[in-house]
Amino acid sequence: MNSSRAVLSVKNVTKRFGGLIAVSNMSFDVAEHEMVGVIGPNGSGKTTMINMISGLYAPSDGRISLKGRLISDRQPQAIAREGVGRTFQLVRLLPSLTVLENVVAGAVYGHRRRWGREAEEFAHDVLERVGMDAMSYAQISSLTYIDQKRVELARTLAGEPEVLLLDEWLAGLNPTELETGIELIHALRDEGRTVVLVEHVMDAIRSLCDRCVVMSSGAKIAEGTPDEVLSDREVVRAYLGDDDA
Amino acid sequence: MKRANWQELLWVAIIVVLAAFWPMLANGYWLGIGVDMMMYIALATSWVLFSGPTHYISLASAAFFGVGGFIVGTGMSDYEASFWSMLALSAVVGGALAALIGLATLRLSGVYFVIFTLGLAEMIRNLVSWIQNNFLGSRGLYVLTDFTDKHLYWMLLVTAAAVYLLGWIISRSRLGFALRIIGGDETVARHVGINTAMAKVILFTSTGFFGAIVGAIIAPRWSYIEPNQVFSPQLSFFVVIMALLGGSGRLWGPIVGVVPFLLIWNWVDANFPHQSILVLGLAFLVIVYFLPHGFVGRIDQLRARARGRS
Repeated sequence: MNSSRAVLSVKNVTKRFGGLIAVSNMSFDVAEHEMVGVIGPNGSGKTTMINMISGLYAPSDGRISLKGRLISDRQPQAIAREGVGRTFQLVRLLPSLTVLENVVAGAVYGHRRRWGREAEEFAHDVLERVGMDAMSYAQISSLTYIDQKRVELARTLAGEPEVLLLDEWLAGLNPTELETGIELIHALRDEGRTVVLVEHVMDAIRSLCDRCVVMSSGAKIAEGTPDEVLSDREVVRAYLGDDDA
Repeated sequence: MKRANWQELLWVAIIVVLAAFWPMLANGYWLGIGVDMMMYIALATSWVLFSGPTHYISLASAAFFGVGGFIVGTGMSDYEASFWSMLALSAVVGGALAALIGLATLRLSGVYFVIFTLGLAEMIRNLVSWIQNNFLGSRGLYVLTDFTDKHLYWMLLVTAAAVYLLGWIISRSRLGFALRIIGGDETVARHVGINTAMAKVILFTSTGFFGAIVGAIIAPRWSYIEPNQVFSPQLSFFVVIMALLGGSGRLWGPIVGVVPFLLIWNWVDANFPHQSILVLGLAFLVIVYFLPHGFVGRIDQLRARARGRS
């Protein structure tokens, strides 16, 4: 990958928590309009990687840059303004605010900023895109899990990020919801968004991702198209153990 | 804290105008109670500005209040400064002190923040006592003015109205919305692009600014200023109890908390002077068991129920 085309670039990033190395010397690039999957067994450091990109954790070593600008030394709010938006593994909404207000929250302080009526209208548009506009004035506590996930996605989209980070967005959904969820992410892909997604659902990875980065024990063990990496011996071993490989 | 609307502003404006006539109707004891009420309404409303949306319970009110009283006392006693210049200085020092405390406590939340603010207020009290005893001469500070209770009452009314107006403007601004998001989930707030540290410091600064102004205005009432009196930690607890009793979910919450609390307090204090502190404890129990969101929460609940029925 030519790094000048990269929107998001992760270079030699390491994260240590005391003696534990959660992420070790990770490097990968994400090009514009590309959907990159970060996959790997549980505990392999995928979410830690996402948390470093969004600024929740500072990397112990290495650099992360967005469009050539270093972001890994900055606070989450600064990174959000630079254009990185994210969802959380366990959905995080603001229960004291309505659905609409939750989405407006994403539109007011994000990468592109809006306020007042303009922010509300934009929030309605985004809610419509994720199929939740009818629920604009509902309380968060009355929503089903997938609807909460859609609202969180809408909040992230409302900031019009350059790069979207989806941390196990499809986890915890039932089969019907999963179908809706995959369709929704397909729609994001068709819009030409740049997305990094951490995912466990293999069907989704095959149909959604242009490229995959596979992590195991904090390190990158493979990179390539979904078909390539899923047939890689090292990857199969990481998932299934030595005996099955 | 909910976004405040025009209707609410109008109601509060009417109350302010009506309240301005109180000194014409009352004097002596009842005017004194009016001064107490205005003082606590101003303090509790400025407390709610910060603590209402963020849910950070601050016990530092006495520190700002005391700084105001002490600056007026020292300035007028030792440097023959005018009351008004010392009032202005108090506001600046109170605001600056709050900004420093805010910057120092940004990483604390929950009970750690509560304890830290209480400890800090106590530290400032002892520091001021020590400075006074060792460097300024251990005599008291006299604040002699021509102000009577009714002047103090009007000054406090103007201060309370200013606090409310500021809060009303903030609640409709990006800053106010940001505070509601911070109160909901600080991690989310940062990830949608909010500079949470800045928002909290700005609001806490306004709390300190107004706390010191109130302390400065009250100083002439006491005539004789002594640090242990103006920095009394009891004041911090009073402010919190009254704000929570009224409800910190709305900017006008403190008004409905301060008035009944002080009426009961004064009645008990007059009739059972040694038991008055019980009122504080009982009020706390009432809040915890019956009014978790204060009178305001109960009023909102009744309104919602009435709307549901109709």
